[in-house]
Amino acid sequence: MMRFAIIVFPGSNCDHDAYHVISSMPNSAVKFIWHKEQDLKDYDTIIIPGGFSYGDYLRAGAIARFSPIMNSVVSEAKKGKKVIGICNGFQILIECGLLPGALLNNEKIKFLSKEVSLDVVNRDTSFTHLIAKGEELLMPIAHKQGNYFADKDLLDQLESNNQIAFKYKNPNPNGSVSNIAGILNHDKNVLGMMPHPERASDSALGSDGGYKIFQSILES
Amino acid sequence: MKAKIYITYKDGILDPQGKTVGGALNSMGLSNIENVSIGKFIEIEFDSSLSKNKAIELAEKSCRQLLANPNTEQYSYEICESE
Repeated sequence: MMRFAIIVFPGSNCDHDAYHVISSMPNSAVKFIWHKEQDLKDYDTIIIPGGFSYGDYLRAGAIARFSPIMNSVVSEAKKGKKVIGICNGFQILIECGLLPGALLNNEKIKFLSKEVSLDVVNRDTSFTHLIAKGEELLMPIAHKQGNYFADKDLLDQLESNNQIAFKYKNPNPNGSVSNIAGILNHDKNVLGMMPHPERASDSALGSDGGYKIFQSILES
Repeated sequence: MKAKIYITYKDGILDPQGKTVGGALNSMGLSNIENVSIGKFIEIEFDSSLSKNKAIELAEKSCRQLLANPNTEQYSYEICESE
């Protein structure tokens, strides 16, 4: 039985989508955790969902990082628990320092809401091991600040340590460096990604390309 | 005592808003404009008992830990008497 925690901030809006996907999977339990709580020791995997925490004031994710729950997200991640941040969750993981780099405004500033196609760059992780070689994943993006930025040194480091999880197939929607759509931390137990796997986990909704990520976590 | 804080993108960071506004200024017929960049201006009002040194320390800490993203942004500030 794997126990998932979904962190809920004021302004989170993909928390119920993630809950819906995980509660439909066998051998899993899932609970919403309000951001004012402080304890995550009873959970195996932590999900930071998409949305607009704190209205994206100042910079997306910048304020959420100071919520009480974030201390335990960071400490549980450092113990090796799996953490996945999706969209605004990715922005929060970067702001709190669990993932390197920055997410800038999209190259053309516009908010983008569309389906994209992803290449899986690293299939040897807890999040991607069930994805077949050469399989491309279809899922939506919905963001304005998703243009991943890393300077040359960081990019070299991400590449040499296999920390790039996903890349956009051309055309790159938001201008991210090296077409990056999702990255891992050094130890590969923290994943941040701009596309939304929880919105693509049921073929009735157009694509189930995201479901394999949740299945991979469950079977890791 | 207050801090006037200016946050701008570091060199080499894409600033599409600044670029677009620069283009608009050019199409208004204003020439000799080489570059426009758009940042943030933040004012922090301190309580009146605070010394200038302490205000500098607080402004620095605010910028470093929250207001600016050290990966992409640079900041500067001035400390002045409240009007």
